[in-house]
Amino acid sequence: MTTTSASRYTAEYQSLAPVLPGQDLPWLQQLRAQALEKFSVQGFPSFREEEWRYTNVSAIEKKLFSPLIIGQPQGIAPTEILSSVGVIPCGHPAVNAVNTDWLRLYQLEDAWSVVLVDGHFSAELSVLDGLPDSVSVLSMADALVKYPELLETHLGQAVNNAEHSFIAFNTAWFTDGLFVHVPAKQVLAKPIQVLHIATQADVLATTRTVIIADALAEAKIIETFVGLDVAYLSVVVTEVSVGANADVTLYKMQCESEKAYHFGGIYVKQARDARFNHHNFAFGGLLARCDIHTDLDVASECELNGLYLGVKRQHIDNHTRINHLKPNAISRELYKGVLDDRARGVFQGRVIVDIDAQKTDSQMNNRNLLLSDDAEVDTKPQLEIYADDVKCGHGVTVGQLDEKSIFYLQSRCIDEETARNMLTFAFANEMVDKIKIKGLHDKVLEQVLIRFPQEGVEKSWL
Amino acid sequence: MLSIKNLTVNVGDKPILKGINLEIKAGEIHAIMGPNGSGKSTLAHILSGKAGYTVTGGSVTYQGKDLLEMPPEIRAREGVFLAFQYPVEIPGVSNIYLLKAALNSIRKHHGQPEVDAMDFLTLVKGKVRLLEMDEKFLYRAVNEGFSGGEKKRNEILQMAILEPKLCILDETDSGLDIDALKVVAEGVNSLRSPDRSFVMVTHYQRLLDYIKPDFVHVLAHGQIVKSGGAELALELEEKGYSWVEDTKAA
Repeated sequence: MTTTSASRYTAEYQSLAPVLPGQDLPWLQQLRAQALEKFSVQGFPSFREEEWRYTNVSAIEKKLFSPLIIGQPQGIAPTEILSSVGVIPCGHPAVNAVNTDWLRLYQLEDAWSVVLVDGHFSAELSVLDGLPDSVSVLSMADALVKYPELLETHLGQAVNNAEHSFIAFNTAWFTDGLFVHVPAKQVLAKPIQVLHIATQADVLATTRTVIIADALAEAKIIETFVGLDVAYLSVVVTEVSVGANADVTLYKMQCESEKAYHFGGIYVKQARDARFNHHNFAFGGLLARCDIHTDLDVASECELNGLYLGVKRQHIDNHTRINHLKPNAISRELYKGVLDDRARGVFQGRVIVDIDAQKTDSQMNNRNLLLSDDAEVDTKPQLEIYADDVKCGHGVTVGQLDEKSIFYLQSRCIDEETARNMLTFAFANEMVDKIKIKGLHDKVLEQVLIRFPQEGVEKSWL
Repeated sequence: MLSIKNLTVNVGDKPILKGINLEIKAGEIHAIMGPNGSGKSTLAHILSGKAGYTVTGGSVTYQGKDLLEMPPEIRAREGVFLAFQYPVEIPGVSNIYLLKAALNSIRKHHGQPEVDAMDFLTLVKGKVRLLEMDEKFLYRAVNEGFSGGEKKRNEILQMAILEPKLCILDETDSGLDIDALKVVAEGVNSLRSPDRSFVMVTHYQRLLDYIKPDFVHVLAHGQIVKSGGAELALELEEKGYSWVEDTKAA
């Protein structure tokens, strides 16, 4: 069943191959071919697989999402492609469809900004003025032409196609994406925001991002996902290489349409003494899943923070895996979830401490707030420890709002609904407060307040 | 201001208040004293609208309206304020945010516009000084990590800013050292006015050394067994609660 639908996708996308970027790179062709083979055999993940037990992707199998093709493919007439592939007939990303007022809800002012529309880089909407010459920020399509050697050593390195089918899917068919290279000792003065925008119904946006921070470099990068109020599919993979003593903070602001499907993976390799912080805000999508894996070398540190808010019938799934491969590394993880209506949340956090990873210091926590009787969370923290001299802990809570607190607020003139929203907001705000970029903090705050409104809010006091 | 007539209250099937009668006029301070388990805190909770109690009989009239009909937030907006025995910690909600939300709810309830931001800060900072609090408290989460004394001061700060008509102080003196007690008492005394009434629920007489009541009522086994002036508290302190409990029995 599963592989049948996979072969339907494979058949539909067959003629896509000649127009994908990196045609003249044998290593990439080989990687894509392996991925295609993997996907053809495995099909979409089945809920019989442990890692997918709580997340059923059959809705995608039944549909077919179509990638957007840009430019003149060599040797094949565009009409030929259009007739054989379910490709949306559009010569250019639908920039016009992007309302700039709407975009302002998400786009930061004080940041370098890269905009990907329906899976393709948009030069018109991107703002990269004043970027230091030594720093490279360019579309994946351009980077494959300009920096093929660097990409050969990094693309497909932080993650294996065999990990799961959506990675193979992405590798086989990514249409564009982003490449960021911050050279040694370079500290970025401003964050880089990568805005992924979906503007068309039934579009497939499959992009690959590679971020390389060399030794002692520092960078803050924000990945924002938004879309118009239609059904579409985002399959995205981000690979991050954090060099020795480098410091990378990655934010993910997932505000996809509530009709959309989102499968995102972030795969990180940290060199010795490297620091990686991730802040994952999962608010959108009808069905959204995010995987975050990081490999820790000697004395490196990682912090994974997450906040998922599910309302209506949303299904939001977050999987994290922290691999302590070498001694003296530190990991901290806190994921909080709020689920209302009939929403369902999944948290699966694995910490694996290798036999060599003595003196590991790891803490993982997952806290959930259920606001309705029909909301559900499936949470599964896992510690696998093979070393004998480590400090590891984990904790999970699932609870409801405290009635004493609600009464206290009511006795201070606040009506019950606002009191509930205030307390829910307060629960969530701990994660929002961790954002160190003012502009982003305010935008994420805005998104939380849209979901849990309070009258007369003075944001500076929240 | 407040008229309680033959009020009976149960928790589950258990009667806690067994016919309370109490008249409080504007500007008066009433102390409700009594041993543990006498129903003092229940009375305070019933007036503020806490869930979990069943009124089985009697009435409570506040400024001519049926108080028991109102949800807690409407009582609060109408001017009933409960200073909690155990103020609740609300992580993530700052003090100043709660104060402003509360004040604006009251103003909206009375058809007034929202408070001006500058006026509000001036008001709040003035009251903070009155209660000898650090301004930093305003920007901290409500009661989170506060000491017992700080929590009680914070309750009085809220009261001073919201300017209620009927202030119910539930065991405000518990957990306070003598210096904090003086500050809290001064805060309360500064709020005394001809149109504001106080109900002080307390186990001990010592709070009454600093806030002089007009009337003292002794509650035992769910009933007011003795009422008198401020001197009753002193007599009670001297003779112990067994004295009134015996009186009733006799």
